[in-house]
Amino acid sequence: MAILEVTNVHKSFGSNHVLNGIGFSLEEGSVLSIIGSSGSGKTTLLRCITSLETADEGKIVVNGNVVFDSENQHKFTKDEIRKARLSVGLVFQSFNLFPQYSVLENVTLAVKLHAKDRPDYKANKKAIIEEIEAEGMELLRKVGLAEKRDAYPCELSGGQQQRVSIARALAMKPDILFFDEPTSALDPELTGEILKVIKGLAADNMTMVIVTHEMSFARDVSDYIIFMDDGVIAEQGTPEQVIMNPQNERTKAFLSRFQQ
Amino acid sequence: MTEILLNAAQGGFLNSEFAEVSISLLDGLWENIRLFSSTLLFALPLGLIITFGSMSKFRPLKYLTRLFVWVIRGTPLMLQLFVVFYVPGLIFNVPMQDRMTAALIAFVINYSAYFSEIYRGGIESIPKGQYEACQVLGMTKGQTFFKVILMQVVKRVVPPMSNEIITLVKDTSLARVIAVSEILMAAERFSRKGVIWPLFYTAVYFLVFCGGLTLLFGWIEKKLDYYKG
Ligand SMILES: Nc1ncnc2c1ncn2[C@@H]1O[C@H](COP(=O)(O)OP(=O)(O)O)[C@@H](O)[C@H]1O
Ligand SMILES: [Mg+2]
Repeated sequence: MAILEVTNVHKSFGSNHVLNGIGFSLEEGSVLSIIGSSGSGKTTLLRCITSLETADEGKIVVNGNVVFDSENQHKFTKDEIRKARLSVGLVFQSFNLFPQYSVLENVTLAVKLHAKDRPDYKANKKAIIEEIEAEGMELLRKVGLAEKRDAYPCELSGGQQQRVSIARALAMKPDILFFDEPTSALDPELTGEILKVIKGLAADNMTMVIVTHEMSFARDVSDYIIFMDDGVIAEQGTPEQVIMNPQNERTKAFLSRFQQ
Repeated sequence: MTEILLNAAQGGFLNSEFAEVSISLLDGLWENIRLFSSTLLFALPLGLIITFGSMSKFRPLKYLTRLFVWVIRGTPLMLQLFVVFYVPGLIFNVPMQDRMTAALIAFVINYSAYFSEIYRGGIESIPKGQYEACQVLGMTKGQTFFKVILMQVVKRVVPPMSNEIITLVKDTSLARVIAVSEILMAAERFSRKGVIWPLFYTAVYFLVFCGGLTLLFGWIEKKLDYYKG
């Protein structure tokens, strides 16, 4: 069964129709890259799936849980939306780390807050906190920042900040991790360290959806590519099909801008 | 303070008049300090509540709060002092018993309106991305505000708040207009007898008071300097 099913999603801002019937599905453990020119609706699509925006129409199912369904009149409560979000993680283009917290605190803050809902929290508080911090350190090791655990975000390079934000998203143990142009805010020489971390996650079979302009990276890491144009999926398929042998004229025109 | 007194003593200026003035001004200053600290005690939290009102998604509450803030900020504090002191007696026939209480009510209303605008500026200056990061991490609204947003707001509002609080020190003298026996009123008692200098001497008290606060706020800003943003 697919871990993510997006069906006929529409979204407008006023008269601006940004998404015009997007549909795709994703298997567990696979990596999907979404490419397309700026303004084609890639960010809006990720924001609809992660419930930062509410779609106007369509259906979104994450790991069997309906996150959004315009057919079903059931109104999602704030709490239901909050719970649904726990199954998806999002890494922002601009990191959005919490400046007043250290690296390790950034990674563990939300997990610690959620742990308070556990029935055994009061009894095992100390052990639970220790376990969360140990897991946080494990994630920092994974992104190569264990020695920065006590640093503050302002003391890190952009690449390091983005790696912390990846660790922070992973700490929630999401079913699917979404990346919105994770290297776009970085100096070119810093993109490599992020791409390496994402490749490492792909090797661990993390299910990921990556919006990116790094074509060779998308080709190497993805099982599947979607090319978005004007709020629709203009072309989709394997990297060989979409990036190496595009059929659609707009895909060709878009990719040719990257070959130069 | 003691240094001045000591110098005065060495110069042979210490006469009973100087000591009498100093002590009497100190008595007056005590009223200023009481008004100052009570105003802070009530207006700091009340300001935050007004901020939530003025940022409410419930339109009537939002506009009502903003109207209130506009009226309070758009009229003189001195006028508000008169209103609080005289209006209950004139209209409801329940005259204000205690001048200090009247002054305190006017000051708390006035300063919570100003504080609320500073808080609002601070809250609105926090980037949207901070809220969104909290949302995708599944935090509740309360967790988002108290665990993530508030500390950043505090850091941003310390400079404008220190300005406002130092203004409050000097504004406490306005309580004079409803005859709260604060420091300027104490000094006036001497000038009515033909001794003018105590009036100018009050400046020393204010300078020391504000100087201390300036040091305090400098220290707080430094404490919050461990991070940027
Ligand atoms: N919150 C919003 N309000 C109004 N318009 C928006 C909003 N977010 C995105 N848009 C519009 O949606 C369109 C697609 O934007 P976006 O999804 O960010 O595209 P992409 O990520 O592919 O560059 C743009 O025209 C943008 O102006
Ligand atoms: Mg975008």
